[in-house]
Amino acid sequence: MARYVAGRLAGLVVLLLLVCVFTYLIFFKLSPDPALMICGKTCTPDRVAQIRASLGLDKPFLTQLGDYLSGLVVGRDYGSGPNLVRCPAPCLGYSFQSSQSVTQMIVDRLPVSATVAVGAAVLWLIIGIAAGLLSAVKEGSWWDRTAMGLALGGASIPNYVLALTLQYVLVVKLQILPFPSAVPFSEDPLLWFQSYLMPWLVLATGYACLYARLTRANVIDTLAQNFMRTARSKGLSPALTMRRHALRPALTPIVTIFGMDFAALLGGALITETVFGLNGIGKMAADSIAKNDQPVIMAVTLLAAFFVMAGNVVVDLLYTGLDPRVRVS
Amino acid sequence: MTTAAPSHEAMADPLAGAGHAPATEGRRIARALLRDRGAVLSTVFLGLVVLMAICAPLISAITGHGPNDFDPAAVDTNLGGLPRGSLGGVSADHLFGVEPQNGRDILARIAYGARVSFLIAISATVLTTLLGVVLGLLAGFYQGWVDQVISRIMDFLMAFPALIFMIAILSSLPTGDRSVLLVTVITVFGWPYLARVVRGQTLTLVNREFVEAARASGASTGAIVFKEILPNLRNSLIVMTTLAVPGYIGTEAGLSFLGVGVTPPTPSWGQMISSAVSWYATDPMYFAVPGLFLFLTVLSLTVLGDRIRAASDAGEAS
Repeated sequence: MARYVAGRLAGLVVLLLLVCVFTYLIFFKLSPDPALMICGKTCTPDRVAQIRASLGLDKPFLTQLGDYLSGLVVGRDYGSGPNLVRCPAPCLGYSFQSSQSVTQMIVDRLPVSATVAVGAAVLWLIIGIAAGLLSAVKEGSWWDRTAMGLALGGASIPNYVLALTLQYVLVVKLQILPFPSAVPFSEDPLLWFQSYLMPWLVLATGYACLYARLTRANVIDTLAQNFMRTARSKGLSPALTMRRHALRPALTPIVTIFGMDFAALLGGALITETVFGLNGIGKMAADSIAKNDQPVIMAVTLLAAFFVMAGNVVVDLLYTGLDPRVRVS
Repeated sequence: MTTAAPSHEAMADPLAGAGHAPATEGRRIARALLRDRGAVLSTVFLGLVVLMAICAPLISAITGHGPNDFDPAAVDTNLGGLPRGSLGGVSADHLFGVEPQNGRDILARIAYGARVSFLIAISATVLTTLLGVVLGLLAGFYQGWVDQVISRIMDFLMAFPALIFMIAILSSLPTGDRSVLLVTVITVFGWPYLARVVRGQTLTLVNREFVEAARASGASTGAIVFKEILPNLRNSLIVMTTLAVPGYIGTEAGLSFLGVGVTPPTPSWGQMISSAVSWYATDPMYFAVPGLFLFLTVLSLTVLGDRIRAASDAGEAS
């Protein structure tokens, strides 16, 4: 088991390294020169060269990449002489736009993205699994057909369309909710809840619909298995067969998918955060892309890739605990 | 997913069996779809949208409004350029209303936008399917190091935060032909999802009796792949491609919504919704029309894909 975990972690590091190199290569080769953008309209070639040197853009590609990677692991120094700036260990550089430390920007914004992701996940797990279970138990009933029809519809609404519709109906027309603003819970719990409610609903809708369909399909599959027939024929009540025998095999695949979906959301719900103006990782990504702020784009891509891959490893480890059929030796 | 249907026929006649089975299978699925109200409604709606896309120039000729023709008479400059009349300027002249400020006809832009959305989604689907089938078949058929290489590339691409990466690439690339760029980027990140399924099914198919029989009777590799394996992948391919189209329509719209997709003045549904964001409170029709078209198109394609899957699964179970 320890060897398996070590192997998986090593694989994670290699993949992250590849993502890092690939991303760096693309921005190094394709992006417009950031020095020109910083320099602005009144610009001399000397000034451009100066900016390029201060950003380290004049060095060869491999040196830049090496500096970036070592900055991630042991930190790095920017500038020279009296202007020396020390960037401590997980150093992701400084934003071209605001000169802030990218690591600090991420630390500041992660709570917002996490709040969005956790709240939405709670909603979609409860709604999706409950609706799917009920549909599976009452397969072919009025409830089943309505719920599955709604699930197809809900999964087809692009989330920005849903976001704008909700914002128009709830905020502008009915005026039930205020415009979302990322207030911390400790400041104003009610406003906090009201602000995050729409982002949660928007994100949860699509996932809840998917999870409902998935849960239904898995439970129906499990109910048709031989061990379920055995359980019923030895006289267990339907509720007990469901709880003791059907739920575990039916819901383990959901754990896998949930881990991946949740991990991806931690890396920022780009569209939802942008539409509602919530200052999380997703909005930071959108803003940095609009302004060609390369250190921030790099960092966001790496962070998102890290979450997805780490989620993958965690899910696989959990899976071996949940499903005895795939225990690793 | 098992592929039980053609195997007994293939046992009797390994080369011809798989060939004629899908024909009756196709007719059976078509009959099942015709009996399904949701599937019929979806098909009718999709037919109308495709017709609208093809006839976009005709629609413009009849109404007299091109997708980029400004109509200053249709907007009220005193109200900051809001469309005159109720419901975003809906009138006999402008059936779906006009855009605020410049008065462009929304019907014309929806029709031309449909061309862009469908063209991108269908091209991306064709390319991802081609790449996915070829690489998935190679990995599943030859196994060994070929499988190792292809599988690792798939892992790598699927671990990527695709949306962020697509946006980053699209925004850093010089403004070339955006449609071609969009199709390329979607294809690069899209094929592994299809290839993974094709690989898995090929892995189980190559060890089945009818493939062994074909091999024993001296069939060439090409004959085995095209006459034995591919026909058995047909159903899942049809399902996956019908479900891929709405996905890619959504992706294109999403990327255009975020400002890295099709560039103005070329209309696209996502871009129309994006430009409607600042007007949603005062002119809700401006985002409701493209939003509804996008929603109904994605829904219709999803329903259709879902029903085809149900029909083909039912065939396999019987």
